[in-house]
Amino acid sequence: MDGVVWTTVKLAGLTTLLLLILATPLAWWLAHSRRWWKEIIAAVAALPIVLPPTVLGFYLLLLLAPQSPVMALLHPFGVRTLAFTFEGLVIGSAIYSLPFAVQPLRNAFEAMGPRPMEAAATLGAPPLDAFFTVAAPLARRGFLTAAILVFAHTVGEFGVVLMIGGGIPGKTEVVSIRIYQLVEALRFDEAHRLAAGLLAFAFVVVLATLLIDRRAARTTLS
Amino acid sequence: MSDDVQGRLAGRVGSFRIDAAFDIPGRGVTALSGPSGAGKSTLLRCILGLERVGGSLRIGEEVWQDSYSFVAPHRRRIGMVFQDASLLPHLSVTGNLRYGLRRAPRPHAIALDDVVDLLGLRGLMQRTPSNLSGGERQRVALGRALLTQPRLLLLDEPLSSLDPAAKAEILPYLERLLGSLAIPALYVSHDLGEIRRLADRLLIMENGAVRSAVADLSGRGAHAAAEQWLAAMTPDEIHRLALDALLAARPEG
Repeated sequence: MDGVVWTTVKLAGLTTLLLLILATPLAWWLAHSRRWWKEIIAAVAALPIVLPPTVLGFYLLLLLAPQSPVMALLHPFGVRTLAFTFEGLVIGSAIYSLPFAVQPLRNAFEAMGPRPMEAAATLGAPPLDAFFTVAAPLARRGFLTAAILVFAHTVGEFGVVLMIGGGIPGKTEVVSIRIYQLVEALRFDEAHRLAAGLLAFAFVVVLATLLIDRRAARTTLS
Repeated sequence: MSDDVQGRLAGRVGSFRIDAAFDIPGRGVTALSGPSGAGKSTLLRCILGLERVGGSLRIGEEVWQDSYSFVAPHRRRIGMVFQDASLLPHLSVTGNLRYGLRRAPRPHAIALDDVVDLLGLRGLMQRTPSNLSGGERQRVALGRALLTQPRLLLLDEPLSSLDPAAKAEILPYLERLLGSLAIPALYVSHDLGEIRRLADRLLIMENGAVRSAVADLSGRGAHAAAEQWLAAMTPDEIHRLALDALLAARPEG
């Protein structure tokens, strides 16, 4: 039982870390670019919200399987497949949760407007320096919201992890899949314990994001 | 260290067309005036390098932009005072003042303590921008710009968003500061009274171009300046500015 919780937390934690690193430049570009086709990129990045997890999982499975051209590029490095591995799960989860990182970050970057970064430039700060000392602190609630949403969404996913992870105990089995298997085996007591745990977790997450939004609304007006 | 600024900037910024040629002597305050929409703020943004247009811009021997090069805004060493102060909202007054100072090349000719004394900021240092009055914010913005150890100071209507009382409060500071500068300053303003009090010369912009220049605002020059300025303003604008001046003259504001 502990193993499956640890796998879930590890997966959600790594996905969150990976997405904060990858989604930040994308969200920044979407917030500031003046190119007309940027909304096409935004739509592609938002697709996982609408797409059935099984569809996404199916394509990812094909992509991560040994026969795929992408994996063929990794064969010389000793990597044959990422399907049914923990690493593959992290990649799949990151793609599945991408919109939950991009959207809050893009909103935060757009809300601050161009002026703080311009002021930083006139004060002699190079772009990257200005990003870390001005934009990141001003968008800290966006980062917090993104992190919470990605973590929670990854904990809650089922279809994608089942398709590309296969639910191998100790490796790719996460809490949501364990619950399904417990119910199938009519082990309702154990299913209850895990399900109640996730319910409490979900409530805390939603409450936290609401409180962050409320504080953000109050402080940005000052 | 005092150097002339020479600019020939032309190009499009959004749908606006700028085509401005100007010279700013290496010392003293040059006022930039003209009707709303003449492109004054746009010209400042081009000088800062925040907008990219064609042409050339140099200060002394240093080229900020020409056909071959374009120096990024953070390397130009221009002190900028925005119309709305634009203090960094997540930093205290001290943090705002030190932000530019820390990134300025050493040795620092302008010291933190001197600026704090000159602008009367001693009691405000730990406050955040949201806890400052409009006048206090502009004083911090002035100090912050000076501490970047700039080679040129730009001020974009720093008093226009202030009420008459705040204006009266900050004017003496501004006068003292501009009078003691060893670098050129370009001061955008609509207000002829303010210009006569603070500036040595006047440039007038219209439709994205510098239309006329008055080299000396004392004695006979003041009369010429007033005529040039009046000629550039629309009747609506003169009406509004006259109303502002009348309201400012009333003690209760």
